[in-house]
Amino acid sequence: MTWKTPAGMTRRHFIEHLAGSSAALGASMTMGNAIYAHADEMKKNRKSAILLWMGGGPATIDIWDLKPGAPTGGPFKPISTTGEGQICEHMPMMAKQMKHLSIVRSMSTREADHNRGRYYMHTGFVPNPNIEHPSYGSVISHELMEQRSDLEIPPFVSIGGASSGPGFLGMAWSPFSVSSNGRIRNMEKKLDETRLRQRMVALGAIQSGFERRTRDLPAMEHSKVLKKTFDLMTSSQMEAFQVDKEPQEMKERYGTDRFGQGCLLARRLVEAGVPFVEVDLGGWDNHQGIHNTLETQKLPQLDRAMSALTEDLAQRGMLEDTVIIWMGEFGRTPRINQDAGRDHFARAWSCVVGGGNLKGGLVVGETSNDGSAVESEPYSSEDLMTTVCKGLGISTEKTFTSKNGRPMKIAGGGKIITDLVA
Amino acid sequence: MIPLRTAFLSLIALTTAFSFSFADDSGAGVETEVQAAATSSPVSASPVEMINQLIQRGWADYEVRPAGEVDDGAWCRRVYLDVIGRIPTVEELAEFKSDRSSDRRANLVDRLLHDDQYTEEYARHWSTVWTNLLIGRSGGSDRRSLVSRDGMQKYLRDSFASNKPYNKMVYELVTATGSAKPGTDRFNGAVNFLIDKVNEEKATLATSSTTRIFLGQQVQCTQCHNHPFNQWKQQRFWEFNSFFRQTRGLRRFVDGTNDIDHGELIDQDYAGEANDPEDAMIFYELRNGLTKVAYPKFSDGEKEYEIGPSGFVDEVNRRSELARLMMQSESLDKMIVNRMWSMFMGHGFTRPIDDLGPHNPSTHPELLAGLGEAFRHSSYDLKSLITWITSSRPYQLDATLGSGNESDDPSIGEPPKFSRFYLRQMSAEQLYQSMVTATDASGSGSYEEQERERRRWLQQFVVAFGTDEGDEATTFNGSIPQALMLFNGDLTKNAISTKQGSFLDRLADNSKSPQDAVKGLFLAGLSRRPERKELQIASKLLVAREGDVKEMMQDMWWAIINSNEFILQH
Repeated sequence: MTWKTPAGMTRRHFIEHLAGSSAALGASMTMGNAIYAHADEMKKNRKSAILLWMGGGPATIDIWDLKPGAPTGGPFKPISTTGEGQICEHMPMMAKQMKHLSIVRSMSTREADHNRGRYYMHTGFVPNPNIEHPSYGSVISHELMEQRSDLEIPPFVSIGGASSGPGFLGMAWSPFSVSSNGRIRNMEKKLDETRLRQRMVALGAIQSGFERRTRDLPAMEHSKVLKKTFDLMTSSQMEAFQVDKEPQEMKERYGTDRFGQGCLLARRLVEAGVPFVEVDLGGWDNHQGIHNTLETQKLPQLDRAMSALTEDLAQRGMLEDTVIIWMGEFGRTPRINQDAGRDHFARAWSCVVGGGNLKGGLVVGETSNDGSAVESEPYSSEDLMTTVCKGLGISTEKTFTSKNGRPMKIAGGGKIITDLVA
Repeated sequence: MIPLRTAFLSLIALTTAFSFSFADDSGAGVETEVQAAATSSPVSASPVEMINQLIQRGWADYEVRPAGEVDDGAWCRRVYLDVIGRIPTVEELAEFKSDRSSDRRANLVDRLLHDDQYTEEYARHWSTVWTNLLIGRSGGSDRRSLVSRDGMQKYLRDSFASNKPYNKMVYELVTATGSAKPGTDRFNGAVNFLIDKVNEEKATLATSSTTRIFLGQQVQCTQCHNHPFNQWKQQRFWEFNSFFRQTRGLRRFVDGTNDIDHGELIDQDYAGEANDPEDAMIFYELRNGLTKVAYPKFSDGEKEYEIGPSGFVDEVNRRSELARLMMQSESLDKMIVNRMWSMFMGHGFTRPIDDLGPHNPSTHPELLAGLGEAFRHSSYDLKSLITWITSSRPYQLDATLGSGNESDDPSIGEPPKFSRFYLRQMSAEQLYQSMVTATDASGSGSYEEQERERRRWLQQFVVAFGTDEGDEATTFNGSIPQALMLFNGDLTKNAISTKQGSFLDRLADNSKSPQDAVKGLFLAGLSRRPERKELQIASKLLVAREGDVKEMMQDMWWAIINSNEFILQH
């Protein structure tokens, strides 16, 4: 057998032969866009989610649930919105979009440490040394992949941050981290595809030998990641990452900072079929001088990008299929500390959700006059994400089995926030 | 509520005799009389026998059958990676295999630890590990940072090169004063551990890092509230924190400008938050808004030690007192033993390894305590600890999950029983060093230039979480960005270069046949000979490359360095 492509045979066909003959990487060597049938039909109903992750724990009492007049209220004034509730005066553009999104003001959680809070809000489980739970990005993309067998780029993309891992679902469902300019390191192909495929066959032989000898999971996981990487490198869908191709006015509408461009990139990725995108905006850990930081930096940045994303999705008719989630690991204390900052506070805080099958424009739940306690039905990370699953048409009865055989309900078996579900 | 200052405890602290001297800077003169405080049972067997007995007891208890013994080639690769941070060269592998004696494995460990030719690599590997631990992967890269990464590494390199006793190193890191940057007056690289952790937020980061890294106690939550499942209380956090309050990181400017040249860590008289240096108390707030008072107090299990309220450095140097108290703690011994064990065996006795609190029981408590005690008796000799672990039975096992030990799978949450060698990914640093050594891929330039290049390369994997605690993650975690880097990145491009004098060029010239060249590639990358199927594929590739041996080698070498067998420590 020679390794020249025989006449009359396409490269892809040829490589399938090669793969079969050497049993290397098996099916993973058969690349490509096998299934186009019903693609348009499927695209119509397919759902996506965008998580705007506020690393550090944002002071929701200064953004979504103001307490004017309370000794803990801080200097900001509330303004009216196109939805039910009032929000912070430094979010004027967002105020115009609030008819699309709903505020859950009765979040009440228990994890007020960054790492624990990040884990809990990303998974619906508290950290447990014996098991790594998959993050919502992994779970949701895992569930929504059935709708998009034509997707060649990773189904879970994390922009400008690290997100949270795939846990027992395995490395193949880990977040694909990119920077907000959409440029992906080491993507440039330096090799013609035929030779790359031939190298993959040699690589496949070494992979499978090692898998056979060790029979251990990390060896198998590695092969899955190689396949995904190869798919990515040879995919035309990579164009979705080229956020530079957007018109200048669009870039400016979102804001030319990293978070703005990250949100714009998120919209492009969802358009291309990516089921879960997380965009990170850090810098909310304001233990000192909080109100100046919020007014001059964080809120203008958030306001511009988040309102642009909401408006853009709505105008494109994509919002009914795209759930937006805004949250951090926790809120911040109503009490303003001696350094004019607010500290970590998980007992009473807000998240914002909307899009997909969820109702917009609502305010769910309420906190006490000084913001220190929830005075209505309290909601947890599990409840919020169960509701998000509902908004995405994912069955909340779905159960995963972790590798040690423990069954785990999707989103930790939370309860649905019924006000938000149509 | 714990009483603020218990007279009884102060009395104990004052009357307990400690003689502590690190005056001898040669590395050997650590004198302590604190062993008397150790309470565990005496160790009768040698540490290696103790490991073997207690690990085997676990196998019997859980009815697991250990994996077979790993072959010499794979073991050689394993121990090079673990001890000096890179894979062996073909020559080193051959040298090891030429030793026919029954203690050839012990001989190799001895060579890696004690032969002068490896001192520099040993020191570089462990200083890299500890730099990441002490200041993070991104420490010193921020413009406003006072940390000098060079300074941190230089201190650690010197410490590991001279095999400084571990307790002495910890003592120095906790008490250091001086300038952070090499080449400046009063340079003391050890200051880099704390210099960015004392100025902001009342040194809370210094508090949580010191307790976590050296004592295995996770206290960061108790900054704001009593921990729900952990014996640490908010009061204890601030008492511990009080030890760091005399300490400041200062900016030193370039003469006549406002440009920061370097940082300097100093201890200065501290008046406390009530402005009385005779009685330098600090305040902290309870969640209900009430204010409470704290003084330096070291809590170690049930025991508590106070050092008095003075804020005057020449009366009480708070960090020196803290370090002295840390030296007596069994947690110090257990933490380092747990850390080293996990680095060699893939899992520690607790998960996470740096949480040794009573709420987080260890898998092998007797072994953890026994090894800690033996390590203390060895005068904190890290090379002895490495020798014990690498000579132990579990370290000789194959990385195979078989029918006899299927239940021993920590990746599904089972407590590790060490009945096989757990697969784990190389660190980015190990990968880099392995590629450089195997292929001379990053050739030229001074040590500093090479170090800069290495650092630039490593930086691509660091992701920050945007919190005040400087939390970070790495994308060198087996996911797609890492795979892309190994597929297409410059490191790979250099490694598979065929230009004159390159690794592939030289190997091709020195090989008798294409088959021989392929054998050389497998030995260099995987420390084994190619299998028949792999040779067949190589010969097909040779045809596809129209007989160009170097191009075929390029394809095979690319496949080898992208394989699971290459990147996974096994």
